[in-house]
Amino acid sequence: MGVAAVEVAELRVARGGRVVLDGLDLTVRRGAVTGLLGPSGSGKTTLMRAILGVQVVASGRVTVLGEAAGSPSLRSRVAYVTQAPSVYDDLTVEENLRYFARVLGLRGSKRTEAVDAAVERVELGDERGRLARNLSGGERSRVSLATALLGDPELLVLDEPTVGLDPVLRASLWTLFGALAADGVTLLVSSHVMDEAERCDRLVLMRDGQILADDRLPDLLARTGTSSAEHAFLSLVGGAEGGAEGGAR
Amino acid sequence: MIGTAVRVLQQLRHDPRTLAMIMVVPCVLLTLLWWVYEGGAVFQQVGAALLGVFPVVVMFLITSVATLRERSSGTLERLLTMPISKPGIIGGYALAFGFMAVLQAVVAALVVVGPLGLETAAPWGYLVVVAVASALLGMAFGLFVSAFARTEFQAVQFMPAVVLPQFLLCGLLVPRDQMPRVLELVSDVLPLSYAVDAMREVTTDAAPGIGGELLVLAGFVVGLLLLGAATLRRRTD
Repeated sequence: MGVAAVEVAELRVARGGRVVLDGLDLTVRRGAVTGLLGPSGSGKTTLMRAILGVQVVASGRVTVLGEAAGSPSLRSRVAYVTQAPSVYDDLTVEENLRYFARVLGLRGSKRTEAVDAAVERVELGDERGRLARNLSGGERSRVSLATALLGDPELLVLDEPTVGLDPVLRASLWTLFGALAADGVTLLVSSHVMDEAERCDRLVLMRDGQILADDRLPDLLARTGTSSAEHAFLSLVGGAEGGAEGGAR
Repeated sequence: MIGTAVRVLQQLRHDPRTLAMIMVVPCVLLTLLWWVYEGGAVFQQVGAALLGVFPVVVMFLITSVATLRERSSGTLERLLTMPISKPGIIGGYALAFGFMAVLQAVVAALVVVGPLGLETAAPWGYLVVVAVASALLGMAFGLFVSAFARTEFQAVQFMPAVVLPQFLLCGLLVPRDQMPRVLELVSDVLPLSYAVDAMREVTTDAAPGIGGELLVLAGFVVGLLLLGAATLRRRTD
């Protein structure tokens, strides 16, 4: 068992006749929070779906926890939270969680404990009896996140989990991600908010299906001579375009 | 599978209006039919057949929209990343809606033979059995076609496209053996024809031999459910 939780090699994905990812390589370390940052449309969600094994890929290899992405044995070891909360609107918070816990094979008191722990972790203890459709957008996305925590997954893939949350809650979720990583869980978290970069152990900057940088934040700042992830991103984009123009001449 | 069935029933419990529609609509329609013919000879002829038709329509709509919502809400995609089998998902739906189908058929049959006074040659329990079979048929069709609908608008329109032709050809308007030969052959492969045939036997024959019809209906239900499970894809574009 190596240090890599996810290994992506020469991944190529085309959607609707357009190449979204073109020969992408990436390694995600175990037990760390890796931030996948980039603007909307840069291929973050497609990459995450490929890691989950739910994306049809043209070519390339994706290995997750030592197995091919999408292998049946990974289904209880990897959890995925989509950008739009995927919960049943006509069930209560608790009914949602109890159902998904059952799908994960948790029974009896184990199921109750898992549901209690997940509800506490996303701070929804007071809302367990409410129907999901009556919750706010931020609360619904936390139910979706709680669902992913149920089976103590080894790898958590979270697509923009902090969108629409107030800053206090965002901070507490990032603290939760850090605590999970300290317990040995691998997290891959996407965001288009660059200031969330400082909460990640490692950053992957994406644009137009390419990886611009894959580094620790301090190293990235030192390399680009900038003071924030946002500026580092701009500097890297400028460098890439300058290089392309230089090549054309 | 049981977990999924329980969850679908919980969802219905939070939606009492849909629950009421499942139970009440067929009864109201059959009562209306009785009133139109003032309970006379025509009602005695077609009442049983329509008891086999109405549950198909109601269950078709409810299951197709419910499963389409599962697809469009992203919960189906989430389930498919989790340790649950495709037949487990479809089977869970089939169990839950099958349970509702049985309740609906029993209530509708009781209304028809009770207050509406439909007389059948065979014991009225046979009516219930055939009505349950046709409600299950509607459920299986609904589960199946939801795979081909992208929106709820499309799902609803599958009803006239899939159910109404079967209604026209099922032998209720013109006996099947008096239809043009081509249409008769077509009606031979449509499952609703067998539900109506079975109902006719129950009304006219004291010891109806409806085993063959029920077998055909069961075959369609199982086949449509398997096809429905086959349309689920873990990997999508």
